[in-house]
Parts: sequence; C-alpha cells; structure tokens
Amino acid sequence: MNSRRYTAIASVLVAVLWLGFATPLLAQDTAAAPSFDVELTGDYGYHLPPNIAPEGTYPHTVDSLIDILHYFMVVLFVGWGIFFVYCLWKFRQREGHKADAKPIKAKASKYAEIVVAIFEAFLLIGLSIPAWASVRNEFPTEEENPLHLRVVAEQFQWNFHYPGPDGVFGKTSPAFLDLATNILGIDPADPNGKDDITATELHIPVNRKVIADISSKDVIHSFAIGVLRVKQDAIPGMRIPVWFEANRTGNYEISCAQLCGNNHYSMRALMIVEDQGVFDAWYAKAAEGPEEFDEDELDD
Amino acid sequence: MSHDEHHELSFIRKYVFSIDHKVIGIQYGITALCFLFFGFCLMMLMRWQLAYPGQELPVLGKLLGEEFFPGGVMTPDFYNSLGVMHGTIMIFLGVVPLLVGAFGNYVMPLQIGAPDMSFPKLNMASYWIYLCGGCVMLASFFVPGGAANSGWTAYPPLSVTATTGQTWWIIGMVFLITSSLLGSVNFIVTIVQLRAKGLTMFRLPFFVWSQLVTAFLLLLAFPPLEAAGVLQLADRVLGTSFFLPEGLVISGQQLVQGAVPSGGGNPILWQHLFWFLAHPEVYVLILPAMGIVGEIIANNTRKPLWGYRPIVYSSIFLGFMSFIVWAHHMFITGMGTSLSMFFATTTMIISIPSVVILTALVISLYKGSIRFNVPMLFALSFLPMFAIGGLTGLPLGLPASDIHLHDTYYVIGHFHYVVAPGTIFAIFAGVYYWFPKVTGRRMSEGLGKIHFWLSLIGMNGAFMPMFFVGIAGMLRRGYDPAAYAANENLLGMVKMSSWSVWMLGVAQLPFILNFFMSIVAGKKVSANPWEATTLEWSAPSPPPHGNFEAVPVVYRGPYEYSTDDRKDDFFPQHLQAEA
Repeated sequence: MNSRRYTAIASVLVAVLWLGFATPLLAQDTAAAPSFDVELTGDYGYHLPPNIAPEGTYPHTVDSLIDILHYFMVVLFVGWGIFFVYCLWKFRQREGHKADAKPIKAKASKYAEIVVAIFEAFLLIGLSIPAWASVRNEFPTEEENPLHLRVVAEQFQWNFHYPGPDGVFGKTSPAFLDLATNILGIDPADPNGKDDITATELHIPVNRKVIADISSKDVIHSFAIGVLRVKQDAIPGMRIPVWFEANRTGNYEISCAQLCGNNHYSMRALMIVEDQGVFDAWYAKAAEGPEEFDEDELDD
Repeated sequence: MSHDEHHELSFIRKYVFSIDHKVIGIQYGITALCFLFFGFCLMMLMRWQLAYPGQELPVLGKLLGEEFFPGGVMTPDFYNSLGVMHGTIMIFLGVVPLLVGAFGNYVMPLQIGAPDMSFPKLNMASYWIYLCGGCVMLASFFVPGGAANSGWTAYPPLSVTATTGQTWWIIGMVFLITSSLLGSVNFIVTIVQLRAKGLTMFRLPFFVWSQLVTAFLLLLAFPPLEAAGVLQLADRVLGTSFFLPEGLVISGQQLVQGAVPSGGGNPILWQHLFWFLAHPEVYVLILPAMGIVGEIIANNTRKPLWGYRPIVYSSIFLGFMSFIVWAHHMFITGMGTSLSMFFATTTMIISIPSVVILTALVISLYKGSIRFNVPMLFALSFLPMFAIGGLTGLPLGLPASDIHLHDTYYVIGHFHYVVAPGTIFAIFAGVYYWFPKVTGRRMSEGLGKIHFWLSLIGMNGAFMPMFFVGIAGMLRRGYDPAAYAANENLLGMVKMSSWSVWMLGVAQLPFILNFFMSIVAGKKVSANPWEATTLEWSAPSPPPHGNFEAVPVVYRGPYEYSTDDRKDDFFPQHLQAEA
C-alpha cells in the first residue's frame, strides 16, 4: 500500500518538475530561429497574428468569434472542472462512506446544456454565418474600384497575374506555357496579354479592395494570408475568387496551407502593402516587361 | 456448448489460425498495440525535425540510411511519409483494431453471454486480412520513393502523381476496409442474435451498445472510401482521370494520363468521398472509448451509470448525425454560404449528444464511492481530456473561425485531444480493467500509476502548446516551421511539445514492462476481481473455449451497484434474486 503511495508521489513530483521547470525553459529557447531576408511588419507571438484589415470587415469578425469562443470554452471547462474535482474529492471511497444509487435529478445540467445550445446557435447565426456570407457573397462592386488579379499556384511557388494598365487579362492556355519565359501560359498573339504582369511577390495598394481569383496549375494548394485572415484552397480546374483589403503598409507573409509536395513547407511568398503612388510606379514599370531586361543583365 | 471442449486442437489451430473470438481478440490486441507503438515512434522522429529543423538526428540519423537521411538530416519527402504513416497506422492499424478488433472481439460476446461470435471463420478472416493490410503498409517504406507522402487524407491530384508508395497505401487501405466490413457485419449479427436469455436491448452494457453503433458506422461509411480508393488506384495505374481536371501542368509538363491529356475529373469529389468515411470514423474512434469508460466508471463509483437510456439514445443519434457533417472538413475549398450553413448547423447539433454523454458520465460520479485504481484513473482523465478535445472543435466547426484555424496546429491539437489522451487513455483503461479476465492475473498498480501520471503530463505537454502555436497561425504538415518568419517566436513552444512527446515515449516503458511481467508473474485473482456486475465477470478467468460453464440467464440491468440491501454492494446480471 505504501509503495503505491510513493509511486504516486514520485509521479506528481515528476509532473511538477516537468511542467514547472523543464518545459518553461524549453518554451523560452528560440535560439534556432533563422534570419530572414525581410523584416515582417507587426508583432507575432503566442496570440493571433496582427490583423491589418479595416475595422468592420470579416477578418475582425473572425477574430472576435475566436476570442468569444475561447472565453466561453474556458468558462465551461472551469465550471465543469470544479464540479468534477468536487465529486472526486467528496465521493472518494473511504471508511463509512457508501454509494447512493438512487437516481438524482440533474436539473442544473439540463439548463446548462440548453444555455450552451442557445449560445452556440447565437455564435452560428449571429457571427459565423454573416462573416461567411461576407467572404463569399459580398464582393466589392466595380464602383469601389477594386484591384483585380489572379493567383496561380504551382509546386512550389505563388504566381501573381495582374492584367496590366489595360485592365484586361490576356488569354492563357497550357499550350503556351514555358517555365523560363511564360510561366502562366499567356497567349503571345493576344494583344490584351502584352502588358500583363507576372510576379512572385504580391504587391497591393493600401486601403483598396482586392479581388483575387485563386487557381492552381498542378495540385491542390491553399492560399493563406495570415494577417488578413484569408484562406482559400487553390484547386486545379477551378478559379475561386476571394476579396480582401489591407489598411496598413508593410511586408507580410503568404503561405501555402495545404500539403502540396516535398517543398510545401517553404512555399512562401511576400505580400507588400504599399501606398497607391508607390504601387502605381511599380505597376507601370512591371507592365513594361521586366523579363527582357533581366535577360539582358544575365547576358552581361 | 459442452461439445466445444471435447476435441483437442493442434497448436496452430488453437493459437494461430484460431476461430475462438478470445484468441482473435488477443491477436488483434497484441498486433494493434505493436502498431500503435510503431506509429508513435514515427512521430518521435518527426518531432526531432520540428524541434531542431535541419539538424542531424543523433545516432539514428546515420542508421536510417542516405536515401532518407542524407548526412543524418531527414528529407522533406521522408517527413511527409512519416506524417502519412503516423496517421494511417495510429487510426487504421492501432486504435480502431484495438477498440473494435481487440476489446470488441474479446469482451462483447462475453458481455452478451454468447459462446462465440456468430461467424467465427469470418472473424478469423477479418484478423488475417487486417494483418495483410498492415504488412502492405509497412512494406511500403521499402518501395522506391518510400511510403506514401501525400497526407493521410491522400488528396488528388498530389496523391495521383505521387511515388509508388501511394499505390501500396491504397492497396493496404483496401485490405483494412475489407477487414472492417467483415468485422462489422459479424458484430451486428452477434449482438442481435446471440444475446443470452433475458438480456434485452436495454439490459445491454453500454459498451455493447457502443460496439453496435460503431459496427453500423463502419458498415455504412467504409464502402464509399473503398470505392474511392479503387478509383484513385485506377487514376494511378490505369490512366483514368476520375479525380483529375483538365489542363494539369506538373513542373511545366502537361500531365498525360494513358494516351490523352488528363481531364474530366474533379479533385473535390475525392474529398467528399474521403470525409464521408473519415468523419464517421471519428465516432468509430470515440464511441467504443466512451463505452469502455462507462463500464469502468459504473464499476468504480459503485453505482449505476446516470442516465443510461439518454446515453444510449445519444449514441444512436450521434451515429446518424455523423453521416451528415463531413463537409465541415472542407469549408476552405470555397464552399458557398448555404452549404456551409448546413454543415455548420449539423456540426453544432452533433455536439449536443456528445455533451449529453459526457455530462452523464460526470454526473455518474455524484454520490458514488469512487475507487481510484489504475483503470479508473485512466477512465477519469478521459473525461477532461475529451472535454478539451470537444470544446476546441467549436471554433473549427464554425466556418468563420475555421478560416483562420483551418490547417493550423490548432486542428492537430483538437483531434489529438480527442484521440490521444481521449481514446488512447480509454484503451489503456480497458487494458488494465480486462487484463485479469484475459490472463487470470492483475497488472501492477504501482507501475500502472507511474504510467498514468507520466502519460498524462506527456500528453498535455505535447498537445496543449499546439493550440497556442495554432492560434498564432503556424500551419500543420510543415517540415520546417522556421521557414516562415512569422513562426520565429513560436519555436520554443514547438520544442517543448517535442520534449513532451519523447517523455511520453519513456512513460510507456513502465506499461510495456508491466504488461509482459504481469502475464507471467502478476498477482493471481478470482474470476471477478473488480466486483463487477456484467456477464463477462461470471465466466472463469481466462474463459475456456465456449466461454461459460453454464448457459447464462440474465435477470436485471447491467449496473446494479448499491441498489438494494444485499451484503455485497453489487448484484451481477446472471444471479437470480433470492426469494
């Protein structure tokens, strides 16, 4: 009997040592963090990433939903846990204590369950569905002058296709595709395609709505902008639009959220949010066709 | 049934190709425990890469060979293979075979007072088919390119264009599904047909009910995946394109299937077929676990389960509902508002029966006389662990919050809380609880307590950090979390999780030791060491071929503890009331 007690005490001691000392030390140890080519804007840590969408748009509903849910979960779990621990202590087997098999009426639990169900219904109908409808159905109208672009995923990079100054995308087809010169397969004979921009960094102007059509050339990827709470699978054979707006300039990361092969982990792109003026300058320069310029430089 | 005992069987017929449900149950149990440990070892390897990305794996790195560990550092392909195989092995080769194949096979016929399963040969076939499936899965590590590496969900087109390992994975899955189908038919027929006299449906122990619902889930949910698996196999080897859309371009080359360019298929179709199985599968993982926990809680609180009927109705309802929630795994595929509304609503509804069952189990503690033996410790800790797993399902089931949390470590934390400290704790509880029935000996309480406490710490140390890094946006299935600058401040927590996993590995040593030592040297016990009421405890330990010495007759419900003024505080189901 005693030896059993000792093993229990020893186990609890290990628990205290592990949770109290070893793991906090490990949790602080971030020495292996690599250095990156760019500094990200904003504060990242054990909390939601920065949210650079304007107040009142769906990314903020997503955040409040996550916040409310976690408060709700903590309250439920703590309340429930108190009852649980109380039962374990109060009704432990001991001298002179007997189980009482008469069924009890548990009204409190019934009411608790009803309250939980009503609260879940509120979260669903009050927050989640409107936010989702905003993601899916409330696309910016043409009066709001959104920036249109296409996102074409491939193993293992993100390609951003802008229509250029004429505002019209050139025709694309796998037949024209060339990895070195024409990665999107833009039809060279189509005049609309002459000024199209192909980039591997996403440039967007600040405070302007963006509509991006997400697609993929090969396998399923998932287009995720953490700071804008955008996540949309890029599915070959489908072109799925998303919309978003950023109200803070800076450098942010775009990631691939769906396993897409061996280099999935590093399928990362930079999103640069810049003032409209800076963006326009980049747009005009990029539309002139940087590829030939690059090739000249390579030849030298 | 006395004729069963008369003919002597050869060693091979008795212990290898046996048709006795108890031997088959033990075969399932040992095989699945080995797979469970192997699947866990794969995870211990992955955790090295996550904690110390790009650093040489000490000792093992060199041993595992240049193909997958050039210079002792794991390749991304191998990391992905480990991920697929960890998931597949844990679910299809470890947990389900333990819950259904081992506990279901061994305990269920005893609890209903049957001499064996309805179709003993089918039962034997389902074990051997399962073993074949397991061998195919293991062998796939040695084919060119290594084991399957397209995620355990095997989403096309990635899986269709992946290396040979994927073909082996599908073939392995076809074996495992076939085995489950044979088993589930057998379970349903046995429970319906072979109950002892007097054992009405509402006198069945909750564990038997959970097996019945589970068997229906397996029977109805697995065939679509088997069909889908065959279609994917056809895409891979016959040049069809069920799941391949038009105009696929892989590394700059148009994909040609057979003689024509790919086209006409839809990759989302696979996801629907896959999750149509895989969501009911979650309840296959959790219902029998609840069944085990229910048995142990009733026994160790020395009072009847509170709300037996609501629990049973809830499990049936859970079973039905589990067929219409699958697409909540697919919100991010671009689902429209009305469809997502439907699946979010069914998802919120399905949380209610789970809450009812959990609440009933907790209320069962009230006014009990709780014994804290090892099975009970595991069963009790199942409750808060499953509660955490269930609660964290809420933000994932609501489409809006799922946008941010989808495919992050939050998801991993959520379902591991359900399956690891949830289901696997229930499995441990069951092993400690029924071990005396199987061997006639008890496992050591001291070693059991060490195992319990260390496992509890290890599990929480491993999975709790995942919620924090998940909310911070760290994505799952990433070979190197340091590839994103946004993860820079999270790497410490990742390391803590890894060390907890390795500690959890060490924590299993007392269990392994205890398990094997107790088979030969455990304390001998009577047929009913826990003073339990259900029928399995009326048979000798271990039960002979044919199970019972006399045909059992049942006179009362399953959990008659402390219900009247008898000398003992328990009233077994098979005893006739004294006049």
